Amino acid sequence: MAKVLMKGNEALGEAAILAGCRYYFGYPITPQSELPAYLAKRLPQVDGVFVQAESEVSAINMVYGAASAGARVMTSSSSPGISLKQEGISYIAGAELPCLIVNVMRGGPGLGNINPSQSDYWQATRGGGHGDYRTLVMAPNSVQEMADFTLAAFEYADRFRNPVLMLSDGVLGQMMEPVVMPAPKDYDMDSKKWSLGYTGKDKTARNLCTSIFMGQEELEEHNWSLYQKYQVITDFFKANKDLAVEEYLCDDAEVVLVGYGIISRILKTVVEKCRKRGIKAGLVRPKVLWPFPSDVFAKLADKASKFLVVEMSYGQMVEDVKLAVEGKKPVYFFGRTGGAVPSDFEILNEVDKIVRPD
Amino acid sequence: MKQVFGKTNVLSANPTHYCPGCDHGVVHRLIAESLEELEVADRSIGVAPVGCSVFAYDYFNIDFNQAAHGRAPAVATGIKRTRPDSIVFTYQGDGDLAAIGTAEIIHAANRGENITVVFINNGIYGMTGGQMAPTTLVGMKTQTSPYGRDAATMGSPIRVSEIIATLESPAYVTRVTVNNIANQIKTKKAIKNAFTLQKEKKGFSFVEIVCICPTNWGKKPTDAHKWLTENMLPVFPLGTFKDIHGIEKA
Amino acid sequence: MSSTVERIILAGFGGQGILFLGKVIAETGMNSDKHVSWIPSYGPEMRGGTANCSVIISEHEIASPMVTVPDVVIAMNTPSVSKFNQKIKAGGMLMYNSSLIERQEFRDDIRLVEIPANEIAEELGDQKVASLVMAGAYIKFSKLITLDDILKTLPLMLKGKKQEMLDLNIVALKKGYDYVEEKKYMFGRYVHSVFKGI
Repeated sequence: MAKVLMKGNEALGEAAILAGCRYYFGYPITPQSELPAYLAKRLPQVDGVFVQAESEVSAINMVYGAASAGARVMTSSSSPGISLKQEGISYIAGAELPCLIVNVMRGGPGLGNINPSQSDYWQATRGGGHGDYRTLVMAPNSVQEMADFTLAAFEYADRFRNPVLMLSDGVLGQMMEPVVMPAPKDYDMDSKKWSLGYTGKDKTARNLCTSIFMGQEELEEHNWSLYQKYQVITDFFKANKDLAVEEYLCDDAEVVLVGYGIISRILKTVVEKCRKRGIKAGLVRPKVLWPFPSDVFAKLADKASKFLVVEMSYGQMVEDVKLAVEGKKPVYFFGRTGGAVPSDFEILNEVDKIVRPD
Repeated sequence: MKQVFGKTNVLSANPTHYCPGCDHGVVHRLIAESLEELEVADRSIGVAPVGCSVFAYDYFNIDFNQAAHGRAPAVATGIKRTRPDSIVFTYQGDGDLAAIGTAEIIHAANRGENITVVFINNGIYGMTGGQMAPTTLVGMKTQTSPYGRDAATMGSPIRVSEIIATLESPAYVTRVTVNNIANQIKTKKAIKNAFTLQKEKKGFSFVEIVCICPTNWGKKPTDAHKWLTENMLPVFPLGTFKDIHGIEKA
Repeated sequence: MSSTVERIILAGFGGQGILFLGKVIAETGMNSDKHVSWIPSYGPEMRGGTANCSVIISEHEIASPMVTVPDVVIAMNTPSVSKFNQKIKAGGMLMYNSSLIERQEFRDDIRLVEIPANEIAEELGDQKVASLVMAGAYIKFSKLITLDDILKTLPLMLKGKKQEMLDLNIVALKKGYDYVEEKKYMFGRYVHSVFKGI
């Protein structure tokens, strides 16, 4: 297929359609509004359903309903709206339903502003809502990946019967880059024999979708089975490292730069500039934020001498890096917030500080 | 001997957890019978609320979803849009529907979602132990209005059917009660009308049922029904507020 | 300008066609098999506020798409000059719309190119094509995309629009291109401050 110049938000929307997603429920919020606008136009053309809900709370509950009925379904929002969706995400995780939730992050807390940010890392990777659960979290860093990861996200969601969160930001959502749309996938919702409304001849008992388990033993058993599933997901990405993480010039790196999303693109430039200046820098870029690729860092901690984590927050993912490095090597941090995207010059300056401390 | 009455197969054999005298059991049966008579049970999907009827799914032999507090109309929207040939209904109490779920019910109604909502209005929160509901009568004492509901600071009972009926989209909005046999028969008719409209893809139907809560009202079931008749019905008058397809006359 | 990468910031009033101008350049780059990126400023100022976007055209894969130090700034109004003038790389270029921006003390280490974009557009009968005049002027300097490239791309971008509109856009493009050629900006004749090499 030919290259098309597209915004990240729109590329994600088109990719969702190619993934077989025919249901979108959402509520407008900047900087993700191109995505619902795109799908409002496209979904009716493919006999899909677009509903502008009365709130993010309602939207995620419509997703919950549609997912329980077997749909490939998604919603999207930006940070404050994602906070509102947490109730529904918790129910979806509890009832083990597949769906895609997109967060085009903006600055917070509170109303914050509409500028790009990465300050929802904790919310995304720690569950966000109440209860003992996990969402699979993916972090694209280009418009091409906004598309590619969307197809993968729907596959993971169905495979693990778990919500998948796409953690994007204002830059990735608004940016245009050439993108080659991935090949479409066939999807048949009646492949989900557990779904409500499934009426196949092989149905022997009614189907039920719930997240309530009143007895202590009952709930503990459910939590245990969720935990085991999360182990399966973790093992899957350990075994398929390339899906979870990108390493760039790490083999001989003394300083390992760490960042995800748009930051990882800037870090790549920084690594190249470092190398030109004789600093052996490398880059680790998690593509999947939960499960976090801890083993990659554990291994690098034996080789590299320093880590520098860069985020558009005052330090969230850095905690996971520290946990993974286990104190073997110093882990430094540099962050900007409020919509400031740290420049390669600023970061280079930070690298200088830690490489050549005065 | 000729059998003149039997339990519908749409109800499960599970004994309910409801308090003695509670109206939920009656309404469950009326819903189940209606689905059976309309021959749609095998493609029906219920959405249970949060409240006393959170386990409603245990008592029906049909597909069920258990929704978050107040969100049942949104969940039902998602289900119905995905499976448009299913018969989808929510079963919600007054706290669920008229307080925390106000936005969801108003907008599902306004979109004209082709679903049926069964609204149990007994003027009190049952499961959490008898707190004030949006439909609690003025002066009524509850756990959270121990001196009686004061209209000046706590507002007056919300009449949801009347509000829903002001919207353009809903096809059928009616208020019934199950305080005696005659009214139970009328309620059954209303529920069946609602499902019939849905089956014919004629839009949103809303059946409010004024019910008792003997436990939290602190009354015997028979006294509670008498109290309902004397106190609830003047505030929540029975009647059909909207019937754009004339189903009641058909 | 480097022959392998061009980092551009385009800025002006909302409604001056800045984002579209950026898209034309990026899309042309893509169609000429270059790597490209386009990032808009976005905000509540939907109309009448300032708008800007960053575009990169590159022979190589683009690592960071952020433009902090542009090689070129294309400014359509005075606030844009104030905002971005100091960010231009030493030896870079400020191309500005002299119909709306008065000549002033700019930096002495950048190349200055003035284009009376609104006047040229007005002669063509439509102020709206001022941005295309700028695009034409820019192309004259670009080492990575040519006038031919942009003339191939523009009809694709205006597909579905009226033929007269496409024609007008093309004329505007060529006017901008020719203006630079006529004024011999290539040789720095109209550069009115000290210019230290490109």
